[in-house]
Amino acid sequence: MLKALQIEPEKCTGCLQCELACSFQAEGVFNPSKSRIKIFTFHDEGRFVPYTCTQCSEAWCMHACPVEAIVFNDRTGAKEVLADVCVGCKVCTIACPFGTVNYDQDDKVAYKCDLCGGAPECAKACPTGAITYVDADHTGLARMRAHAAKTANVGASA
Amino acid sequence: MQHVIIGAGPAGVIAAETLRRLDPGASVKLVGDEQEPPYSRMALPYYLFDRIQEDGTHLRKQPDHFSRNGIEVLRARVTAVNTKARRLTLDGGKELGFDKLLIATGSHPIRPPIPGMDLDGIFSCWTLADGRNIAKRAGKGSRVVLMGAGFIGCIILEALAMRGVKLTVIEMGDRMVPRMMNQVAGGLIKKWCETKGVGVHTSTRVESIEKSGAALKVRLSSDKVLDADVVISATGVRSNLEFLGGSGIETDFGVKVNDRLQSSHPDVFAAGDVCQGRDFSTGEYSVQAIQPTAADHGRIAAANMAGRSVRHQGSVNMNVLDTMGLISTSYGLWMGVPGGESAELRDTDRYRYLSLQFSGDHLVGAQSLGLTEHVGVLRGLIQTRVRLGRWKDRLLKDPTRIMEAYLGCTQALGHNAGVLA
Repeated sequence: MLKALQIEPEKCTGCLQCELACSFQAEGVFNPSKSRIKIFTFHDEGRFVPYTCTQCSEAWCMHACPVEAIVFNDRTGAKEVLADVCVGCKVCTIACPFGTVNYDQDDKVAYKCDLCGGAPECAKACPTGAITYVDADHTGLARMRAHAAKTANVGASA
Repeated sequence: MQHVIIGAGPAGVIAAETLRRLDPGASVKLVGDEQEPPYSRMALPYYLFDRIQEDGTHLRKQPDHFSRNGIEVLRARVTAVNTKARRLTLDGGKELGFDKLLIATGSHPIRPPIPGMDLDGIFSCWTLADGRNIAKRAGKGSRVVLMGAGFIGCIILEALAMRGVKLTVIEMGDRMVPRMMNQVAGGLIKKWCETKGVGVHTSTRVESIEKSGAALKVRLSSDKVLDADVVISATGVRSNLEFLGGSGIETDFGVKVNDRLQSSHPDVFAAGDVCQGRDFSTGEYSVQAIQPTAADHGRIAAANMAGRSVRHQGSVNMNVLDTMGLISTSYGLWMGVPGGESAELRDTDRYRYLSLQFSGDHLVGAQSLGLTEHVGVLRGLIQTRVRLGRWKDRLLKDPTRIMEAYLGCTQALGHNAGVLA
């Protein structure tokens, strides 16, 4: 059964534990600027929104890569950057319409969430359950509901 | 069903793979005229400065990728297309039949009409063979003159600089990458390159090239004469259409297609640099000649060849460039639209720049310098045509809040998520 990250922004307190856990897992440093998951702060609304790659089925990044450096992991469903194959052309970073593929100017490669190979550290680190790793079908339903709710609330949130 | 694809670049390879998936019983032939396995021109600069070896440029890394997937790769040059008999003529006189044909022949570098262009030591940087020649001739300390500071010129520029050559760039436009960046950003890229030791002559043409002993003399419109060991020409590309003469397939700048990427002949399709496809932003048909568009085209053309009806909504023109560590991007209508508002952030001392262009309530174009995080969301904002609402005013005040704007406009932000659980 494929699993996916479920993000519930209303539970996020903006503590940034996820960013620290992510950067430490991925890069061996506690450095939020290297994190694959980011917390966006909405001061006006008093809210925090964790955001990372949804491993979307369109996989714009993977299809735009000219050298097959982004591959599909059929065990986790993640689209993973192979750092030793990536040439650093950055086409994936402009092709991802969600803005979740970034370029590392130190290592000169693209990077993105790879679900930590199936045990995402962000979910483990989150103290409030805002980030959980659940059955993909469940998040699918939740996404549909959220989308329906969003559509119904277009007037209110515009 | 016999699917034949002419051209083994990204558009052709993605189309072949898509056809294999959607039409498992069909024969899929991929015809390319270069000796190497299908490779990426995008990767050539990285080959030039030894970040990768030749195999690092290959579009697919498994040596048996194509045979394993039942895609037959043929090395041949197509010289003519007979749409009535559904046959291709190959160099050497052989013929190849097809039921559905994809033209994905890409483009070639144009040769500027300058006296001396046929001298030894003048190269394009377009094929792996060009890359090998340049790697041989342009070593540390070589004097290299690069003609053209467009997108391709600037990509090569970085690779040449990394090789340690003494580099001078000549550009006819008044700034670098004039078809990708405005005066401010293109000017900043020029200044950046100059501080890194590259000579940059804008608003300048090369008048002629002459032989001078073992070297070349490059005469500029400013009357200046540059000594060069190697001259690299990167003055633009044109679609490869010559072999379509007499085929009856309608062409303009590229092969003319409808929204299903079908040419004037119903069984002939086109994709990539040779295809004059729809531009998302303008709604008009133009040759974009960029990697993501080639990928879009390849996938959509193949789906239609396999009998599905998939419409191409138009590709967003977008580019990303790394000029010696300064990263720039441009999207869509980066130059703005009449009557549209714009937001601009300039930090010229730090080479930071961000410009957003709006049409009414939508983002329609953008340019950035020095932005490497979440830059793709600019595409998302443009291509989803999301209504920005109050986020437009916020972006006008602070254009860096693009990610928040996207989330604010497209996600529930937790307003109502609680009631769903």
